[in-house]
Amino acid sequence: MAEKRTVEVSLSTSGLDAAGRPQRTPLVVDEGGRISTLEAPPSLEPELIGEHMLINIGPQHPATHGVLRLVLELDGETVVRCIPHVGYLHCGFEKIGEYRQYNQIIPWTDREDYLNSPGNNVAFALGAERLFGVEITPRCTVLRVIAMELSRIMSHLVWLGTTCIDIGAFTPFLWSFQERERIYTLLEQWIGARLTTTLTRVGGMGADIPDGWMDGLRDFIRTLPKTIAEVDRMVTRNGIWVGRTIGIGAMSAADALNAGLSGPLLRASGVAYDVRKDFPYLDYETYDFEVPVGTDGDVYDRFLVRMEELRQSVRILEQAAARLPDGPVNVDDPRLILPPKSKAMSEMESMIHHFKQVMEGPRPPIGETYVAVESPKGEKGYYFVSDGTPKPVRWRIRPPSYVNLSAIPQMVEGHLLSDVIAINASIDIVMGEIDR
Amino acid sequence: MTDAPLMTPGSADPASSPVTPHGVPHRGGPMNPSAERIRARFPAAFVRAEVVWGETTVFVRPDAVQDIVRYLHDDDSERYDYLSDVTAVEYRDLELPLQVVWHLRSLPYRRFLRLKAEIAKSAPLRVPSVFPIYQGADWLERECFDMFGIVFDGHPDLRRILMWEQYQEGYPLRKDFPLRGRFSRSEQLRQALAAEPESRYSMTELTIADAFEDLPLEMRRRLAGGEKTGE
Amino acid sequence: MEEGGAPVGLTPRPDRQVVTVAPASQEGWVATRLDFLVNWGRANSLWPMPFGTACCAIEFMATAASKYDLARFGMERMSFSPRQADVLICAGRVPFKLAPVIRRIWQQMLQPKWCISMGACASSGGMFDNYAVVQGIDTIIPVDVYVPGCPPRPEGLIYGIMMLQEKVKRERMSDERLRDEMEPDPTSKLYIPPSVIDELSEPFGNSVHQTRSGL
Repeated sequence: MAEKRTVEVSLSTSGLDAAGRPQRTPLVVDEGGRISTLEAPPSLEPELIGEHMLINIGPQHPATHGVLRLVLELDGETVVRCIPHVGYLHCGFEKIGEYRQYNQIIPWTDREDYLNSPGNNVAFALGAERLFGVEITPRCTVLRVIAMELSRIMSHLVWLGTTCIDIGAFTPFLWSFQERERIYTLLEQWIGARLTTTLTRVGGMGADIPDGWMDGLRDFIRTLPKTIAEVDRMVTRNGIWVGRTIGIGAMSAADALNAGLSGPLLRASGVAYDVRKDFPYLDYETYDFEVPVGTDGDVYDRFLVRMEELRQSVRILEQAAARLPDGPVNVDDPRLILPPKSKAMSEMESMIHHFKQVMEGPRPPIGETYVAVESPKGEKGYYFVSDGTPKPVRWRIRPPSYVNLSAIPQMVEGHLLSDVIAINASIDIVMGEIDR
Repeated sequence: MTDAPLMTPGSADPASSPVTPHGVPHRGGPMNPSAERIRARFPAAFVRAEVVWGETTVFVRPDAVQDIVRYLHDDDSERYDYLSDVTAVEYRDLELPLQVVWHLRSLPYRRFLRLKAEIAKSAPLRVPSVFPIYQGADWLERECFDMFGIVFDGHPDLRRILMWEQYQEGYPLRKDFPLRGRFSRSEQLRQALAAEPESRYSMTELTIADAFEDLPLEMRRRLAGGEKTGE
Repeated sequence: MEEGGAPVGLTPRPDRQVVTVAPASQEGWVATRLDFLVNWGRANSLWPMPFGTACCAIEFMATAASKYDLARFGMERMSFSPRQADVLICAGRVPFKLAPVIRRIWQQMLQPKWCISMGACASSGGMFDNYAVVQGIDTIIPVDVYVPGCPPRPEGLIYGIMMLQEKVKRERMSDERLRDEMEPDPTSKLYIPPSVIDELSEPFGNSVHQTRSGL
């Protein structure tokens, strides 16, 4: 049996030059089969004078994660210009929100960033509760933290699987979807839906967790780190992975901040902005977790940041599971929360409340509020303007991946065509949220 | 990953430890100190400031927005280095003016400020762009133009972004725009199928325009016929 | 006459769905209907073209992943090029801006081709009864199987796929209308008359009453 040997592979992409473009040196194999890099003699590069080519990626392309369209102008294989076109999934969420009561809008938040439905439900409910001036119960606060972190894990797992496929590894996709199926099972036990959960209501949750649910959650918390470690072992030091991600799509901290990036992209560039830490909600300041920060802001750093966030989410889930208090889930406010069915059919007052809520809907005072949460993609904000009627005058979604995607020309220009796929995957776009 | 991140939020105010707001009053409460400084520095442009649900809103005159935002971005005591959102609000009462809203964050001071400019509907809907200050305003302003028809002066590339560029029906988020669109569904579908946005490139946005003479005749004819961009 | 045997003088009627082998002859020949053989081959190796736009695409991915395993139906070979695909699975909502794209993809697919409309939005516009969303992709392209759900569970999609397999197995090659490429109206580019589209796009259910902004 042949002896195992380790081959040192020098990276084909060694870094960035002064202008921010990647330095590229080809791989060379010598007689002994060793692989190394050599500075390419300049004459090897064929001179293509002015022959630019235009290619159109998308709207239907497996690597665009939906229906993004990128028009690329190529010089040889190098991207000279990139023009993204979005809007192919514009479904008029904000318009339809003006025609629905607050609780009726929650199903739309599921379908907007559909990798992160429970997180969106929580974010919407937080915003609406600020607008109604309602304080939620302690049990509800902890349950919402659990929902948010579960949905962060769900979203990052899809990102992990699809990015691995884009860069050429299929197996992590199957692993991450296995873990997702376990979250689906948990959510299904909780609220009855797998993906589009509609988990929250204004003033509480759609349902309390069933008996024994926390055991399932603890089981999941125990085994998820093993899957993360498996992916970590397979990918993080993998020569192909490292070669295709280091030095690709780098953004400096100042550029990233100015471009309005948020979430893992901004943190990979070195800005430790996390809404959970800096503008906390749901008592996140009482949880003990770290905000991972990168240095180079390239695809590799974004990958590391997200992997670390998965582990930190597990930490938060552990703490939340340990502190979940007993008590009611919904606030005791007949304006907002439907009375139990038995009372609505037997007591006059409950019946009137039920009727008023269903037929008219609760009315918030005149005012406006912008509530942002840290979604897996970045700062996700809901901006409500109320004129005192049961339907918002304006329901605005601040879409993190929309702003993140708008910086893609800056990231891809100067890189190779194949790097565009890696960069696009590293932004973690969800077209449902971008186009709304 | 290093130990010292390049930029730490809260660095200008290290003593502060942010906590989840509880019991936020509807009106009143502590006002963001930036509001007072804007009033002192731009007395002519300042209209009023109010605190609703704990968030400070400063109403300013539209034409001064760029100067104020530049001051907020550059000044050492403000340092609003992060633009969260640019959007607009139209009220159901059609007499009320349209409001353009900027959500700004100062990460070093951990502050949040809402800037608003009101534009009367009788006047042309124009406000200065903040794109020269925040690059992130690019698509946000384009979306605002697409949805409300507000023109951002100084934006380098103000085109429709979510709807296609030949979209006939107007600005969807305006209150006079019906929920299901102005035209019948079959007419909407016919127009959408005729638009075929994905099969078009733009001449103005591509450097390939230099090679116009070398393009195929059919493409040249289409481009010369005023077919500007795809979207 | 034996019990249950064929009437005297008549050969037993063949079962249409069974491949007949004559092992006695030892020549290894098979007799069946050509229709049956072709359809059997087609139905069990449908190459899907996943046109995933929104939430349903995530459930489609879950269907393709290890737990539900689309490979059991010979469908694990995703064909992202429409020219090599047999069945278009439209998973997700289709706004008007995307209408020409899906039309073009459908036209690029070669016959025989089928279409599964996955989810409520693709089938009817679903909850997006507004200015932006096509009220059912059947106003743009012909659809064979509608899978309800928002989004459908993987089991639902698999049931839809099995229904499509049943449909494929019953096709007759001699039926000339079956493989007719529908030609859209040259001026309006619509397959079906505008009045029918308007009728299909009428609001229904709860959304009829929710067209008032404000109160």
